[in-house]
Amino acid sequence: MTDGFRRFAGTDRYLTSPALQAAVNCALALERPLLVKGEPGTGKTLLAEAIANALGARLLTWTVKSTTRAQDGLYVYDTVQRLYDSRFGDGDVRDIRRYIRFGPLGEAFRSSERVVLLIDEVDKADLEFPNDLLHELDRMRFRILETDEEVEARARPVVVVTSNNEKELPDAFLRRCVFHFIDFPDRELMARIVRVHHPRLDESLTRQALDIFYQLRELTRLRKRPSTSELVDWLAVLKSAGVKELELDEALPFVGALLKREQDLLVFHESLAAGRRPRA
Amino acid sequence: MFVGFLYELRRRKVPVGTQEAVALAQALEAGLHDSSLDGFYEVARALLVHNEAHLDAFDQAFLAHFKGLEDAANALVAELLGWLEQAAAREPTERTPEEEAALAALEPEALRALYTQRMRDQERSRREANGSADAEARARQGTGSLGVAGDAAEGAGGRRGAMKVADARLYRGYRDDRVLDTRSLGVALRKLRAFQREGAFDELDLEGTIDATARNAGELEVILRPPRKPSTRVLLLMDVGGSMRPHAHLVNRLFSAARKATHFRELRTYYFHNCVYGSVYRTEGFGEPVSLAELLSDCGPAWKLVLVGDALMAPYELLLRAGSQGHYRPDGVEGIVWMMQLATHFERSAWLNPEPAASWWSPTIRTLRSVFSMFPLTVEGLGDAVGHLTRGGVRKGPVLAR
Repeated sequence: MTDGFRRFAGTDRYLTSPALQAAVNCALALERPLLVKGEPGTGKTLLAEAIANALGARLLTWTVKSTTRAQDGLYVYDTVQRLYDSRFGDGDVRDIRRYIRFGPLGEAFRSSERVVLLIDEVDKADLEFPNDLLHELDRMRFRILETDEEVEARARPVVVVTSNNEKELPDAFLRRCVFHFIDFPDRELMARIVRVHHPRLDESLTRQALDIFYQLRELTRLRKRPSTSELVDWLAVLKSAGVKELELDEALPFVGALLKREQDLLVFHESLAAGRRPRA
Repeated sequence: MFVGFLYELRRRKVPVGTQEAVALAQALEAGLHDSSLDGFYEVARALLVHNEAHLDAFDQAFLAHFKGLEDAANALVAELLGWLEQAAAREPTERTPEEEAALAALEPEALRALYTQRMRDQERSRREANGSADAEARARQGTGSLGVAGDAAEGAGGRRGAMKVADARLYRGYRDDRVLDTRSLGVALRKLRAFQREGAFDELDLEGTIDATARNAGELEVILRPPRKPSTRVLLLMDVGGSMRPHAHLVNRLFSAARKATHFRELRTYYFHNCVYGSVYRTEGFGEPVSLAELLSDCGPAWKLVLVGDALMAPYELLLRAGSQGHYRPDGVEGIVWMMQLATHFERSAWLNPEPAASWWSPTIRTLRSVFSMFPLTVEGLGDAVGHLTRGGVRKGPVLAR
């Protein structure tokens, strides 16, 4: 089969499911942004790194905050600096170009080779934020009003957008994206993920850890259920502390690495003190 | 070929349109689906679904549309293989031109390898489906199917057949017509916000600064302005007791989501039973009454009024006359008139009804619907209600800058 592009199949550090591979390949082939949703800690952000690694491209990250505006991603016209310079006479203030600072999206467009652009946690920003980016992501170009210059992407960047579902995203934005919802990994995939991160970990310890991990996730009263990243961290701690045997009881070593909220720890202790296995 | 499937999706309320159809066609043209049903499932899901709430409907549509197709496709491939092999077995001189061309284009070896792998994949997924109890037992022991000697086809990474995945309905929990949990309520309520500049002058007003500096002949003059703060005020009136008992759990969730929402400037909650008569109550047990006149003078028309109730009652209760203390008085005002007073006082109001919309034919619901815009108490309904509350009529606060 002759493909016009290199297919993404995960990397040796990042394991994927067929569904995720299909979504990434669709995004690459159709040159559309890839929107990734899923529980926190399921590797949404790492996916962009993995894609960048697999393509051998540079990764640009734009971490969205509640105050981020779409304009910030394109460019910022540093008027204050220009005013300051005009007042105190540093440099040539007539050249506006000196005062245009490009944001991550602007950088991605200007880059001469294809880059991977990660727009992280797009739902953190204002509701209108994704709509403001529609045109730029669609046409991959924008205009700098101050200098009347057009910036056009030389190589369409691969755009990965992540969302934690704090806000609904606008329909018009969704329609332009390839969508993937990262499921929580099943046991089998999780065992492979663990092996990637801790290749020399004792087989029986891994098994016990996974048992306990999935039992903890089944505790219905937890506010924040432990996820992949917590499991990997926990195993790292266990390994360096030289733990050989694990059993689910109140003295579970380093449980703080798995459960981060005080109430969750209370729930954990209560359900174990009540003498029943946290099955429900 | 897949157009019928798109209509199947639309019937199940998955919003797909031309844009999705074109994208899918492009993807298929690029061969992203590897000419298999499983591949098609993954590709179609990535391109046609934009929200995890629709994944379940997608799975169902996929099942309904493609069930039985897999076996038919396999039979076709088997037939083709048989034909090719017969042709290959014969002397080259005895082959027909078509057979010759087909043999040149397709390599029976490669085709057979692909076919056996597909069959093996399918067989495994069927085995898994049948012996799921067995698989579960293995999983509990912790070996998973990883311990099983991996054959070559396993390289795809625990691939499960599309039909099986679709059938498992893993995404049922994400449907948005389901009734809500606190978090999804919180998400829906987030849209109900607006900002206004207020408070201390501690934010740099860039435009103002440039303007003032220019006027000042280039001497830098810094202009400050107050930061943006949330300005939405919400008045929540909840019907409790009687026919609302079965919905108490749901209403509690709405309540806790509203309390947790940090983007409201102010949130007030009062209770009533069936209909508002002159007064509402601060506690669930109808204690600490607040007269409606008092309430309306406290809460200006810009407040967003949200009523929660099933609007189910005996019709006479809407016409019951009551005085401003909320007690029966022959010369008082009818319940429905008190309600209309509420509706006219506030610029924006919405009624959330936990009863399913299909049962809104009851006379009292119909009457109250003519007074308030009514929405079902589901994620979708709450979203619509919030949209209704924010649309138009939103008063903008005075901008204090400059």
